[in-house]
Amino acid sequence: MFRRFSAVLFGLTISAMAISGGAQAAQTDITIGMQLEPPNLDPTAGAAAAIDEVVYANVFEGLTRFGSDGSVKPALAESWEISDDGLTYTFKLQSGITFHDGSEFNAEDVKFSLDRSRAENSTNAQKQLFDSIDTIEVTDPETVVITLSAPNGALLFNLAWGDAIVMSPDTFDMAKTAPVGTGPFKFSRWVQGDRIELEKNPDYWGTAAKLDKVTFKFISEPTAAFAALMAGDVDAFPVYPAPENLAQFEADPRFSVVVGSTEGETILSTNNKQAPFDNKQVRQAVAHAINRQEIIDGAMFGYGTPIGTHFAPHHPAYKDFTADSAYDVEKAKALLKEAGFENGFKTTLKLPPPSYARRGGEIIAAQLRQIGIEAEISNLEWAQWLEQVFRGKDFGLTIVSHTEPMDIGIYAKPDYYFQYDNKDFQQLISDLALETDEERRTAMLQQAQEVIAGDYVNGYLFQLAKTGVANAKIEGLWENSPTQANDMTEVFWND
Amino acid sequence: MIRFIARRLLSLALTLLIASVIIFLALEVVPGDPASVMLGVNAQADTVAALKEELGLNVAKPVRYLNWVTGMLTGDFGISYTYRTPVRDMIADRMVISFPLALYALLLSTLIAFPAGIIAATKRGAVADLSVMGTTQLGIAIPNFWFAMILVSLFAIKLQWFSAGGFPGWEAGFGAGIKALTLPAIALALPQASILARVMRSSLLDTLGEDFIRTARAKGLTARQALWHHALRNALIPVLTIIGLQFSFLLAGAIIVENVFYLPGLGRLIFQGITQRDLIVVESVVMLLVFAVVMVTFLVDIAYAAVDPRLRRRM
Repeated sequence: MFRRFSAVLFGLTISAMAISGGAQAAQTDITIGMQLEPPNLDPTAGAAAAIDEVVYANVFEGLTRFGSDGSVKPALAESWEISDDGLTYTFKLQSGITFHDGSEFNAEDVKFSLDRSRAENSTNAQKQLFDSIDTIEVTDPETVVITLSAPNGALLFNLAWGDAIVMSPDTFDMAKTAPVGTGPFKFSRWVQGDRIELEKNPDYWGTAAKLDKVTFKFISEPTAAFAALMAGDVDAFPVYPAPENLAQFEADPRFSVVVGSTEGETILSTNNKQAPFDNKQVRQAVAHAINRQEIIDGAMFGYGTPIGTHFAPHHPAYKDFTADSAYDVEKAKALLKEAGFENGFKTTLKLPPPSYARRGGEIIAAQLRQIGIEAEISNLEWAQWLEQVFRGKDFGLTIVSHTEPMDIGIYAKPDYYFQYDNKDFQQLISDLALETDEERRTAMLQQAQEVIAGDYVNGYLFQLAKTGVANAKIEGLWENSPTQANDMTEVFWND
Repeated sequence: MIRFIARRLLSLALTLLIASVIIFLALEVVPGDPASVMLGVNAQADTVAALKEELGLNVAKPVRYLNWVTGMLTGDFGISYTYRTPVRDMIADRMVISFPLALYALLLSTLIAFPAGIIAATKRGAVADLSVMGTTQLGIAIPNFWFAMILVSLFAIKLQWFSAGGFPGWEAGFGAGIKALTLPAIALALPQASILARVMRSSLLDTLGEDFIRTARAKGLTARQALWHHALRNALIPVLTIIGLQFSFLLAGAIIVENVFYLPGLGRLIFQGITQRDLIVVESVVMLLVFAVVMVTFLVDIAYAAVDPRLRRRM
């Protein structure tokens, strides 16, 4: 009896092993690891970054798009003209484009998609992108005219977002589970919980993709991500979740480690309406109590760029204000004393799940303790964080990375969760929206950075780095992350 | 017997009803709603309201509860808030991984535990017994996720015999499917086998000390014959109870191991459902697991009663 049992067991193991080992030919397929699975595949119906990370520029395209350097480039629109008053944008579309189901793409699809996203009952997570649009008209099958209610210098930028992609009225309702777009890759299948597969679109209107097949595999555990790369199950992890392993990958010739920048300003968000943070001196004291480098080294293993305001350092209009909030414990103590908190005070520090927040939070709490501020840490899930902190505004301090590109405008919303209410700043931002001259826009953006730096609205910590690991033979992956995307068009195996 | 079964069925239905109320209430008080989670930080208030309306989240709670329960009775588990696909299909997709995995782990655990337990009991106090007791002590003490990582670093990273995780799907072939489940099944089986081997050993030792074994030996059977023909069968009753419990545990309790091996099973579905506040998915899966546990218990009860008529009156 025992012998029969063990024979069965042995047989199982052997048959399992026999199946291992695969062919080693020139590779035209790739497996990309991602930490989170997208809830659906419709970028116009959800804020999850994972949606864009699969479909942006691969499956779906909009009138304009982001290049790997963050610049706005033509996509479905071949060119455009802007009227002198800045109110009318005439887009000339590429001709001969078909959707993946073979149907023809034309100007009506553009009108349909944008109108749907800005409609009253729209569930577009970034509806504000379309705020300035008054009407969208189709003048001929290859021309769309967008008329604005007020000039908007950011319109072309806004239209490049994943939330502004173009779908066909016939297939838009399938986008959540089986998207049909115009991009260089076609959706092939989705094994929920495990992976999504895309295949090359042979009829793509632009430069064809170099790969035949792309698989996105979802691995949430950082240790499992490490194992998957090491075992060769995954070829690249563009946003690798465990910076502590990066040194190990760097030392291994089979892998290359890519460190780039993201649009994520990581800040110690401060409730400007809650005492004592409604006092600017207190906020300034907090700013001087923070040792940015210690946080970057301790929480991010050295990856990240210090920032002194809410703006991406790689942006041409960035100004460095880190000196205004340099680490200076004595100054911080003096400021607190002046504000009447010589003996410090107690507050809450509510932390969402990402490691920058959890690890950074411990370090910041220790730094604040040096000047007498007792920050009581509570760890929240995202859903709780959204409810308590973001909507409920029930917090003193929190740490979060604001990953939307060019989002300094959130400081002009007095209802936004950190509740900064400065009329001059709000005026500046609404003037900026109307300004189309590049030079004046840059000057205004710099002024905006200076205002929020000088008001110490939040503790500005660091720009989140994008740390990716890939097989050393892979070329063409995006180094930076101007938007949350894995554009696979240019990717190929160099072997 | 029929009255006994009827009584058990009634209590089973009541258990399920109470469980459904508790599950629903427990999850409804969890802070955070799926619409806000899906739309993120830039969404405007009217957008969130529109999505809530679309998802049917504005319906009153008692009505939602009734819809959920009556739906389940007809096999309709509703539509997932986040994925917008029928929950029934999602559960079915995950079940084809979780069920075979639980069965595989149970099979391995039994294959290890039976010989180990029997050897330990018959060689009581000898080296074999001591090493079985020592190993099983270790097996119970080692957390299964840690053991899983050890397996991965040895068999997937070092030797590259297995993938580090993931599941190719049964359409890739039975062998490929079994191969993908092998390391997770071993990780799950080790602690279960340790417990089972110990139960087997002590149960067998108890039985071997009974009068009827002495009688059997007295009538001329060898120790081996007495063990196979008399002791083993009687010692199996507590062992089967444990196996029944282990199966429900393996079905529901594989969350961590599924995460280590990134297997898209039921455990991971619950985990994702909770973080995304996809409450209808969480409620339905938990309810299904409650159902599985209750059913296993019910069947074990019936089996006992069939074997031992005295139990019918006692229960």
